[in-house]
Amino acid sequence: MAGMLEQLSDRGPDSCGVAFYRDPLPPGSCKLSVHSPSPVDWEGLSVELERTFGSASAPEVRASHAIFTIGAEAEEVERWLSERHPELRLMSAGRSIEIYKAAGSPRAFVRNFALAELGGSHALGHTRMATESRVSTEGSHPFSTGLDLCLVHNGSLSNHNRLRRVLAREGIRFQTDNDTEVAAGYLTWRLRQGASLEQALGSCLEDLDGFYTFAVGTADGFAVLRDPIACKPAVMAETEDWVAIASEYRAIAVLPGADEARQWEPQPGRVYSWSIQRAEV
Amino acid sequence: MAAGGGLLGGGGWEGSASQAPTAPELMFDLSIDTVRELNQRLHDLAEPARVLVRNPGGRHAIAAGLNAAHEVVIDGHVGYYCAGMNKHAHVRIAGNCATGVAENMMSGTVIVEGSASQSAGASAHGGLLVVRGDASARCGISLKGGEIVVCGSVGHMSAFMAQSGCLVVLGDAGAALGDSLYEARIYVRGEVASLGADCIEKEMRAEHLEQLRDLLERAGVESVDPGEFRRYGSARRLYNFHVDNLGSY
Repeated sequence: MAGMLEQLSDRGPDSCGVAFYRDPLPPGSCKLSVHSPSPVDWEGLSVELERTFGSASAPEVRASHAIFTIGAEAEEVERWLSERHPELRLMSAGRSIEIYKAAGSPRAFVRNFALAELGGSHALGHTRMATESRVSTEGSHPFSTGLDLCLVHNGSLSNHNRLRRVLAREGIRFQTDNDTEVAAGYLTWRLRQGASLEQALGSCLEDLDGFYTFAVGTADGFAVLRDPIACKPAVMAETEDWVAIASEYRAIAVLPGADEARQWEPQPGRVYSWSIQRAEV
Repeated sequence: MAAGGGLLGGGGWEGSASQAPTAPELMFDLSIDTVRELNQRLHDLAEPARVLVRNPGGRHAIAAGLNAAHEVVIDGHVGYYCAGMNKHAHVRIAGNCATGVAENMMSGTVIVEGSASQSAGASAHGGLLVVRGDASARCGISLKGGEIVVCGSVGHMSAFMAQSGCLVVLGDAGAALGDSLYEARIYVRGEVASLGADCIEKEMRAEHLEQLRDLLERAGVESVDPGEFRRYGSARRLYNFHVDNLGSY
């Protein structure tokens, strides 16, 4: 992932972020990725969490982020955190997802977060060139769209302001004026209504106006959708050992055996999904 | 759509099966040399040269802006605008291409052994682009006289606003083929998902069969009967003056 991000650092030079899916936890416990814009007593937070929920891991600190493992349901901890610590940003929640992101060059990000040492079953990364909202850590991708779900986006949406107001009335909360966060909120809302991920992505074709190639990370895989006119690039590659999507082949070129991989472009307006157990299109 | 078989796998320098490969005079390894060094050298050479480029790694603008009859083989997958603005040179890519291969080509040949992404041959004024695999959306957009032969299929909006030249597709064409077409000719052997505004099917006359036969031969495509293709062109209702529209002027 570190190598892939570095390849695309000139394409998106202003911010960077990743979601790693690793070390899945058993049901009844959760993993939170928490970001603090200023120095914070992570150990103290861990003690508070343990006192409140009975069990909490020591913080696994990575630059401005820390990962906590807690013996409680994610929703419960999320609620507690937003009430007790509104100064902290919850980047992701789930049983395997970890999200790290920051404004600044992707090369610095890879170094500061020591990405090269992170492993996992799958991961999504993003390098950003901001178009629709300011450059900030909150405005960086991936955006969490629910438990163990996240979204990265290449493109720009033109109806995000109206859609944000509609979704806010439905109870979806937003941290920024970013267009992609609206797409993430839209997916959260559709999933909450009971749609499958494939259905939720399919309805993006109706409700989102603009240009997009989306990649959505899930607990056991990922999904891809391009807008109906395929305005933004995407290339996929697959070998016996891995499957990858990127905006450009040069990001995939750093993977082992990329030269010999089967390569194709995802068709516009079609939902592709992959999981660790099964591959389906 | 596997890559071509490397330097020796796909015939000679110009992609012609009859021509034996010749040893390169210059070699570049893009895991060491920069694209800028490669391109500057090719621009500076006084005489045409045979050039081998290894480890392209999806880098952009490889062999762009050539202005001499170099014979360039690129052994792998390339990024955006490969062989863009090509003049005189013969470039063979033993792999896939990202957006805009041979965009704005003026003359020469560009052969892609794998598949090409969007806007292949965009705005080409001359020369021949051959894609052995598929080409995706907007192949030959704004074509201005160049010739394109795609052995597989093309994506949506291909030949959009194409003004002159020719697009040949041995497979299928995506939606809105030839939208807002001017005077370019389109030949498709397979299915056309839909025709764009002002694009219609036209009669295949002897001159078209002859043009197609010649193009397929130059593209190194064998045992394909020109009679299997349909021809599409402009209905000329969109861009020509029409007296009924006088009130709009």
